Amino acid sequence: MRRDVLTGEYFTEGDIACAEGAIAAGCRFFAGYPITPSSELAEHMAARLPEVDGVFIQMEDELGSMAAVIGASWAGVKSMTATSGPGFSLMQENIGLAIMTETPCVIVNIMRGGPSTGQPTKSGQQDVMQAKWGSHGDYEIIAVCPSTVQEMFDLTIEAFNLSEIYRVPVIVLGDEILGHLTEKLVIPQPEEIEIVERRKPPIKEGYSWFKFNPASIPAMASFGEGFKVYATGLTHDETGHPDMSPETQTKLVKYLCDKVRKNADRIVKYKEIMLDDAEIAIITYGSPVRSALSAVKRARKEGIKVGLLKLSIVWPFPEKIVKKVSEEVDTVVVLEMNYGQILREVQRVAGLERVKFLPKFGEDLHKPGEVLELVRRCKK
Amino acid sequence: MKLEIVIAGFGGQGIIKAGLIVGSAASLFTGLNACFVRSYGPEARGGACKAEVIISDEEIDYPKIEKPDVLVAMSQEGYEKYVEKVKEKGLIILDPDLVEPFKPGRIYKVPATRIAEKLGKKIVANVVMIGALTPLIKVLKPEDVENSLVRNVPPGTEKLNLKAFREGYEYGKISLKQKEPVRRINC
Repeated sequence: MRRDVLTGEYFTEGDIACAEGAIAAGCRFFAGYPITPSSELAEHMAARLPEVDGVFIQMEDELGSMAAVIGASWAGVKSMTATSGPGFSLMQENIGLAIMTETPCVIVNIMRGGPSTGQPTKSGQQDVMQAKWGSHGDYEIIAVCPSTVQEMFDLTIEAFNLSEIYRVPVIVLGDEILGHLTEKLVIPQPEEIEIVERRKPPIKEGYSWFKFNPASIPAMASFGEGFKVYATGLTHDETGHPDMSPETQTKLVKYLCDKVRKNADRIVKYKEIMLDDAEIAIITYGSPVRSALSAVKRARKEGIKVGLLKLSIVWPFPEKIVKKVSEEVDTVVVLEMNYGQILREVQRVAGLERVKFLPKFGEDLHKPGEVLELVRRCKK
Repeated sequence: MKLEIVIAGFGGQGIIKAGLIVGSAASLFTGLNACFVRSYGPEARGGACKAEVIISDEEIDYPKIEKPDVLVAMSQEGYEKYVEKVKEKGLIILDPDLVEPFKPGRIYKVPATRIAEKLGKKIVANVVMIGALTPLIKVLKPEDVENSLVRNVPPGTEKLNLKAFREGYEYGKISLKQKEPVRRINC
C-alpha cells in the first residue's frame, strides 16, 4: 500500500491536513523547532516522514531549521518547515537566503497573537505583512491562505507546486483556529493530485543556473548529481558567481521581483461568492472567511445585497480582482484578525473612502453577528 | 438541522476525545457535516477543558459555538461556565456525582463516572457519556458512533469502550422515556 498519499476520508485538524498535503506533494524533508500552535504539524511529520523514506530533524532553533530546509532543497528534496509567532521572526534572514538563491521550499506559519511571545495559544493574522516584507531587501514572495481543513491540504500542495514553478519560498499562512479545527478531510487518489516535480537541467558546461528572465525560470541543479553549481547570498550574475556591479544588482533584483509580479495573474487564486448583484463586498482571507460566509448568508435573508471575495492567495496581492470588485460595489468591508494589514492593500487599490474595516484581536474569530451588524450599517 | 454541543469537564476526563468521537461519527459515518473545536492551552490535565462540536446537514461556516443546544457537563466549573449560554430549550446532560445543577431546565442526569467505575475503569466515563448522549440528541445512529469510537480509541481497548458506550446508551434511552427532568438515579 502506498503510504505517501493516504487516500480516504478523515475527521482531522488543520495542522495534520497541512502535513499530509506536504507529504502528498512530495515533501520528504522537514526541519523545525516545535512551537505552539504549529507543534502538531511537526509531531505528525516526525511520525509520517520515516514511513515514506523522508527525514525529520528537530533543529536547535528556527535559524537552523530554515537553513536546513534550504540545504535539503539544494540536495534535490522538496522540503518544508512549520512555525509560529517568534519562530517566524527568527526564520526571516534565511527566508531571504532562499529568495536570493531561488530555493523552492515551503514555510508554514500557524499564526498566533503577537508581538513577541504574545498569545501562544490564541489565534491571529498579524504576520501577513511580515510574510511579505519580513526579510531585508527587495523581493516578492507567494503566500497562500487556507480557510478550511480541506484547504490546509489542497493549498499546501499548491504551495509546493508554486515554489517549484517559480523557484521561490512559499508561505502557508494558517492560524491557530484553523490549525486546531477538526473537520472532514478528503484525500483523493494519487492520480487526481496535480504535482509539479523538480525540473532538472541538462548536465553541461556553461548552463545559466540563474537566467534572469521571468518568463523562463531556469531548472534547478542538485548538489551531488554531477552539476558544477554555485549558489550564494551575495548579488550574483547568471552563472551564480558574485558580481557587485550596479548592472547585475539591478538585473537580479528586478528579476527576483518580476518573476512573481509578472506572473501574478497566473499565481493568484480567489473565490467570488454572491458578488453578482452585490452592493457591499466583504474581502477577507483565512479563518475570518468562515465568519464572513455566515454573515453573508444571514444578510442575504434580510435582503441585503452583500457578497464575499475570498482571497486564497494574498501575496502576490490580487490587485485586479480587488479593483474590479471594489468598482462594482458601494462599500468594501475588510475583515482581519489584526489591526489593519491587508486593509492597506485594499485601500491602495479601492481608495480610502469606501473601505470599512473590522479588526479582531485575541482568541475569537469575528462573530457572524458583528459582521452582520457592520453590513447592516453599510446599507443605511 | 444544526446541533451545537458543548462538552465541558476537567483535563484528563477524555473531554476532547469525546468531542472527536461525536464529530467523527457525524462527519464520517452518518454523512452529516461536523466540525470540532477543542480548548487548547496549558490545561492538559486537571484544569478546565472544553470540546465544541457542531453537527449540521448544511455547510458549517462559523466553527465556534455561541449558544449551545446541548451542554454535557462533567465538572461543576464546566457547568457553571456554560449553563447560562445554553439555548432556552437546550438540553443539559450532567454527571450528578460531579455537578450540582442550580438552574432549572431540561436536565438529564447520567452518572457516567459511577457506571464507568462499575465497568472497572473510571477512564471510560467519557464514553459512557457519549453513549447516553446518542439517544438524547437523536441525530446520530448508535452504530455510527460505535464505528467512530472504534476508530478513535487506542487499539486493544475497543471491547471495554464499546461496553461503556452500550451501558451509557441504555441509560440514555431509559432517561429519554422518563419525564423530564430526571430526578431519580437508578444505577
